[in-house]
Amino acid sequence: MQWNWEFTYEIMPRMLWATLNTLMAAGVGYAIAVVLGLALALAQRTPYRGLTLVVREVVEFIRSTPLVLQIFFVYYVGPQYGLNLSPWVAGMIAIGLHYASYLSEVYRGGIESVPKGQWEACIALNMTPVKTYFRVIIPQALPPSVAGMGNYLVGIFKDTPMLSVIGVAELMHAANAIGGQHYRYLEPYTIVGVVFLMISLPSAGLIRAFEAWVRRKLGMR
Amino acid sequence: MSYPEFLAQYGGRYIDGALITAAQFLLAAALAVVMALIMGVMKLSANPVSKGIAVVYIEFFRGTSLLVQLFWLFYVLPLFGLTFDKFTTGFVAVGLNLGAYGAELVRGAIQSVPKGQWEASYALSMSPATQMRRIILPQAFVAMLPPWGNLIIELLKGTALVALIAVSDLMFEARQINGSTYLSAQAFGTALIIYYIFARFLITPFMRWLERAMARRLGRG
Amino acid sequence: MMEDMSHYPLELTGPDVPMVRFMNVTKRYGALTVLDDLNLDVTEGEMVTIIGPSGSGKTTVLRMLMTLETINSGVIYVDGKPLTHMPKNGVLVPADAKYLRRARASIGMCFQHFNLFPHMTALENCMEGPVQVLGLSKREARERSEELLEMVGMIDKKDQHPSRLSGGQQQRVAIARALAMRPKVMLFDEVTSALDPEVIGEVTNVIRRLVSEHNLTMLMVTHQMGFARDISDRICFFFGGRIEEQGPPDALFGNPQRDRTKQFLSAVKEAD
Repeated sequence: MQWNWEFTYEIMPRMLWATLNTLMAAGVGYAIAVVLGLALALAQRTPYRGLTLVVREVVEFIRSTPLVLQIFFVYYVGPQYGLNLSPWVAGMIAIGLHYASYLSEVYRGGIESVPKGQWEACIALNMTPVKTYFRVIIPQALPPSVAGMGNYLVGIFKDTPMLSVIGVAELMHAANAIGGQHYRYLEPYTIVGVVFLMISLPSAGLIRAFEAWVRRKLGMR
Repeated sequence: MSYPEFLAQYGGRYIDGALITAAQFLLAAALAVVMALIMGVMKLSANPVSKGIAVVYIEFFRGTSLLVQLFWLFYVLPLFGLTFDKFTTGFVAVGLNLGAYGAELVRGAIQSVPKGQWEASYALSMSPATQMRRIILPQAFVAMLPPWGNLIIELLKGTALVALIAVSDLMFEARQINGSTYLSAQAFGTALIIYYIFARFLITPFMRWLERAMARRLGRG
Repeated sequence: MMEDMSHYPLELTGPDVPMVRFMNVTKRYGALTVLDDLNLDVTEGEMVTIIGPSGSGKTTVLRMLMTLETINSGVIYVDGKPLTHMPKNGVLVPADAKYLRRARASIGMCFQHFNLFPHMTALENCMEGPVQVLGLSKREARERSEELLEMVGMIDKKDQHPSRLSGGQQQRVAIARALAMRPKVMLFDEVTSALDPEVIGEVTNVIRRLVSEHNLTMLMVTHQMGFARDISDRICFFFGGRIEEQGPPDALFGNPQRDRTKQFLSAVKEAD
């Protein structure tokens, strides 16, 4: 089996187009996860014990079961009850929810890292719980969460190939389709790997730089 | 069909699938632990060749997706005359992938052992191999077990992907049953619950037990 | 067992309503009783200093007054109104969160470890409460905060973040931050304990000025006996969750009546 450069050039436009879809899937899924994850984290900090326990268990469930199975579940269960979701919508719900459960743990750790004295100062200044969170606690929980948030951004990106199983037209889907059409798998799958490598390799350094920038921005050194 | 009827009819196939998943999990976990130990220690080596091998292994498997690696091993390697059966391909891909993440845990844990421990064992004229085996690794084990707990759950989740190369694991059976019954909530939901039971009631308690046992051995229990 | 609340007045009335009243207050952590049936009045404008060995419950007094700790029985009144409880159907019931927020608005507190917000500058720390809680305009809050930072001698550092300030400087900003809320009662909880010896003076001087120039009601917990003697109107010596002895500073330091007070004071003197 020889590497075929001509074939590589031929399929390149299609692969690059699919790369854009992969990036978009990761971006949209991540946006959902960032917001929903915060809701899941805060829901575990209300005075209602029952709510905390339920949310904890849901987070635990989502975290410890396979994403690919969750993608199937979201995509196929809708139609059973008369609700048809497009592959994109189902995929974004599944991957967004999955990573929301991870991010909620990151936020939780960040919030718990804020010293108790900060909460007490907010009480002494008579701040409402909402203001306490949004003006004092979350800004301080952010810097220690940045590394974890960054790692999960890379993680969600690397998990997007699983969306191909329900037909989201991202990189892996394109590679499967090209492979099937031309009976050549070497080039498309290798290109997928190279694209992932090219994007994830610099990410660790970028995350560290971003973390330092956030700390500087908030005046915390 | 009521859910008990569903279980009565398909329960056996879920059990078959769960056994395959358990086998994939155990084999992949064993491979991941071995690779993690070898590559984690090699990455700290002063020898540039062994260090280089470890870096390439870790960055390659962490930088590309598990699904990409799995498909590459399954579809591309045979083109070079290397053919493994799908069962072997499955656990090898999962084990190599998670082993790369584990290697970083091993490296971090070894580096977290205080410098004084190296100096003290050096002062006792221990060989580097003895130092590592008798003094450093036992302490590193305790430090890295909690993050390994999370990694092992990721590994379990990773095994679900082997269904995509037609290994008849739990996920595979769930898809088959969904395809023939269109009872998606039951088909995928049952599999999700079984994965959850594996993770929460078998693997997590085992890892906790291991943590306690290791801590006791170091006299910290 | 529920405490019978009927003998606690819904409101203190009459000519001599104290600014703060602890009435039969008990605080327990599990089996440990930290404060045992405490009764203490602080009149308006009075400076009361609480001294005593560690574990005597002195910090708990301030924390209960700031509503950082709940109490197990009794009632605390501030400015005649119940703080820990609220009237409901003619009897006092434990205060809910909304009532607590309203009731504690007249109390300010400075902490041992300053607890400044690290992501805000000195000025922003001071403006945070007035803008976010009192609803002042930014301009008003800035004027008020700059005035107070001027008073504590921190105006030239107003744009620095806490990480760039020394402990003494942080504590002075923290005092300005608390004062910006215009409290009627100020609590100082071991505000010099975390400071290096050479900067303690800059914080105690600020408190001295407050005492001489403002009519604030103040409660202070401190280990600085000389400072306490100089500025307090009254000293309360706590021992084992009770007030063992109290009185004007010269009487308590100069002529203590109780053995435990004498022992404590001589032990402290030796340590100095």
